[in-house]
Amino acid sequence: MSENATLRIWRGLDVNDGRWETYEVPFEAGQSVLDGLRWIRANRDPTLAIRFSCINANACKECMVELDGETVYACTARLQARKMTLAPLSNKKLLRDLVTEIAPPTERFRNS
Amino acid sequence: MTQEPMSAETDVLVIGSGAAGMYAAIEAARSGCQVLLADRSLIGRGGATVMAQMTVAVALGSETPDHWRYHYADTLTAGRGLCNEPLAQLLCEEGPDCIRAMDGWGVGWARKDGRITQAMAPGHDRPRCVYVDFLNTGPAVSKTLRTFVNKSSGIRKAGDLCVVDLLRNKGDVVGAAALHLGSGAPVILSAKATILATGGLTRLYRRNSASANMGGDGYALALRAGGSLVDMEFVQFFPIGHLAPRLIGMDPIMWDPFRYKLGGRLLNNRMEEFTQHYGVAEDGKYVITRDVGSYAILKEVEAGRGSPHGGVYLSFQHCPERALRESFGPVIDRLAANGIDLTRVPIEVAPIAHYHMGGIVADAKMQTGLPGLFAAGEAVGGANGANRLSGNAITEALVFGRRAGRSAADSVKRLRASPDHADDAQKAIALIAAEAPTRNFNTAEMQQTLQKTMQDNVGALRDEAKIVAAIDTISLLADELGDTPPGDGNRFDMRRIDWFDLRNMLLVSRVVAEAALARTETRGAHQREDYPRLSPDWALNQTVGLQDARIELSAGPRDIAEARS
Repeated sequence: MSENATLRIWRGLDVNDGRWETYEVPFEAGQSVLDGLRWIRANRDPTLAIRFSCINANACKECMVELDGETVYACTARLQARKMTLAPLSNKKLLRDLVTEIAPPTERFRNS
Repeated sequence: MTQEPMSAETDVLVIGSGAAGMYAAIEAARSGCQVLLADRSLIGRGGATVMAQMTVAVALGSETPDHWRYHYADTLTAGRGLCNEPLAQLLCEEGPDCIRAMDGWGVGWARKDGRITQAMAPGHDRPRCVYVDFLNTGPAVSKTLRTFVNKSSGIRKAGDLCVVDLLRNKGDVVGAAALHLGSGAPVILSAKATILATGGLTRLYRRNSASANMGGDGYALALRAGGSLVDMEFVQFFPIGHLAPRLIGMDPIMWDPFRYKLGGRLLNNRMEEFTQHYGVAEDGKYVITRDVGSYAILKEVEAGRGSPHGGVYLSFQHCPERALRESFGPVIDRLAANGIDLTRVPIEVAPIAHYHMGGIVADAKMQTGLPGLFAAGEAVGGANGANRLSGNAITEALVFGRRAGRSAADSVKRLRASPDHADDAQKAIALIAAEAPTRNFNTAEMQQTLQKTMQDNVGALRDEAKIVAAIDTISLLADELGDTPPGDGNRFDMRRIDWFDLRNMLLVSRVVAEAALARTETRGAHQREDYPRLSPDWALNQTVGLQDARIELSAGPRDIAEARS
């Protein structure tokens, strides 16, 4: 009997003009939330915006999102066979979907 | 959506902010240059450096007497006759200086009684590898260099820049065009010297040990700009990448330090040691080199003696809990949180794409054949020949980065005037901001297809039929990709970013496959099942260039060091 994780994900380019989309992701014990997001991109919707570099090592610190209202790293939060709500960090400027501007101001490109 | 192009000017543009890029930036800034340090992701957090778990090979002589010539001899032996000797010599000779500089900057190399500890690693003739406990070498090296970059005046940093093409003026490289992920706008970066420090190509493979931004970008950028690559068939597979049970928050190459400190036993599904059947009896010590280890594991699996997930077992069940805790303290707790007790169960491991020996052709000053273009770190090809000695990657990043920074600064000082504007900037801007094609294709799925093909057909074990099939798949994917990027062109447009990544990944995959097809022998990391022996006729390096978008391969004798005393 296969189980699913139900990921309810905030989508949009504008904080005040977004929508929620829900995806059923095949659940396998030991997976991370980031594994689920990457599965959605390859199998359902490649437009879903997420950011990460290291995938699994918790080294790059890029994949921070809000899971059920709490800030987590998507690579270390475990995927679970239940409904999980994912939103972009509410204290950072939104770029798109789950991606926010997390770089310190001195590390951003400036037109010159 | 059309975005206005943005721009920036600098003396030295460094593309990539792993150890090589950061060291290059520091060194160029020290020489008085203005530096722009650009990265696909966050500054100093992506790439391969941050993922390094333990060993950094260097002839410090702190554990036992040593000399760089001994390290050099081991590097050449590991390289199976194909090392570019001047580059290998540079790595070994200047390694101690860079490692001491990092020590002075507070990296925190592990010490015992005040002396820097050096561990024994496979392929070395004596204990030679420094490290930072516990499994913290890469993060510590990254953090130390980030801190130094932040203190250096003259370095501007710019993350989230996906470099799309190098820009040229009459053959000279004069900067790069990039997609700014944070806005979707094209960016023209004008530079008097450009350093490619983009790392390797492990992302071409389904199972890999590096960051997702290591898709061979630098190789593709150099090729399209008219540069040459060398040794592209030599992809190193790390034999004992973590396979099962699923772990979160851990690097898949984490078992390497466990083996350095505790040995560990590699077992097949009969719970028998097997490496002795492949010529290396381990007897509880970690002595098997990476090429032989990967071969032995894959052959056991093929013979039906693999573990349930398609690898072999690695067991530390013979190690007392006290020894495990003494060696790995907090890591034991992280394993417990993942439900793993090493005293009770073995884990499963299998080969994983880890490092690329090949890369951009550069001399010992890190100059490429293109005026204005330099390379550093893993992006440079040749120092490690057909198989890299364990511990040489971080050393190479530091030494080559420092050298590239100095050479780029020297070239800037020699320029009397700023270079003219690029001939091809408008073309790059038009591509980055192109209207999307109307047809629909899943870029993320295409990447997975490519990674599976490369893993299965151009991975650790190869033959002609498999490689030819891979080249067919690569061609189909390239046709599907087309000439223009999809997406709305707005900020963090994933399909557009994937498209630019795939454009590089497909080109570089094709180069690896064609070089692997041409080399009809087995040597180091290139293992051809249809040509299972090393052939003396193939003591040659293959170089690759692009001619009218066609890949041109040529084989020639290796670069041999002039004798220096």
